[in-house]
Amino acid sequence: MDWQGQKLAEHLMQILLLAFAVVAFATGYIMGSFQMMILIYAGGVVLTTLVTVPNWPFFNRHPLKWLDPSEAEKHPKPQLAVNSKKKSVKKN
Amino acid sequence: MHSFGYRANALLTFAVTILALMCTIGSLSDNLNTPSPSAQIEILNINWFQKQPHGNDEVSLTLNITADLQSLFTWNTKQLFIFVAAEYETPKNALNQVSLWDAIIPAKEFAKFSIHTSNKYRFIDQGHSLRGKEFNLTLHWHVMPKTGKMFANKIVMSGYRLPEDYR
Repeated sequence: MDWQGQKLAEHLMQILLLAFAVVAFATGYIMGSFQMMILIYAGGVVLTTLVTVPNWPFFNRHPLKWLDPSEAEKHPKPQLAVNSKKKSVKKN
Repeated sequence: MHSFGYRANALLTFAVTILALMCTIGSLSDNLNTPSPSAQIEILNINWFQKQPHGNDEVSLTLNITADLQSLFTWNTKQLFIFVAAEYETPKNALNQVSLWDAIIPAKEFAKFSIHTSNKYRFIDQGHSLRGKEFNLTLHWHVMPKTGKMFANKIVMSGYRLPEDYR
């Protein structure tokens, strides 16, 4: 799951659970049935679990674009500069 | 949110938190109900009234209990516990309560009833002060909710009197 996917999963989870809670409470209160509220909410929790917990493909639409290894080989200087700086710090 | 376990844990925690909140609101919604229960108790007969060998007075009554407690039921009510107590005053104690009969009402459709019964539990005074005693019959009830706060209340019915002599 990529970064965007993680954000989406968290938002989906919160919105779905809250929406099911509101619907379940309203239905239960209007029908006068506590059991109905619990059943609707339990169904909502199961559905939310199925939507947000497995690593579905739509959570992986924004893969990180790492530089190609050959690209890095073409520009070795920055790495050397960083290394030499670190070494100098350690020496001090 | 990076792994299966982390997402499952976050979902479960949030779901249970919301469930607790729903139950709390459900319990609070009981306060919107304004019940109007009614009850009547008739003493049909005093079966016997005697002094026990060691000195306590005991009465046996036949009661007719009529009540309509349907308005106590809300969507969050599991059951009602009701009991009838005889309450009277003696020189030693300002309030004596003797439970005579009780019942559990499991659903709204049983909350309107009329029952003809003798006292389920023995009406014994710890002493010998029941002769000619004026007493109240009180219907107490405890509302047991599915979640949250329990409610209790009572209806006091006064003006009952025991006979002056044992029989």
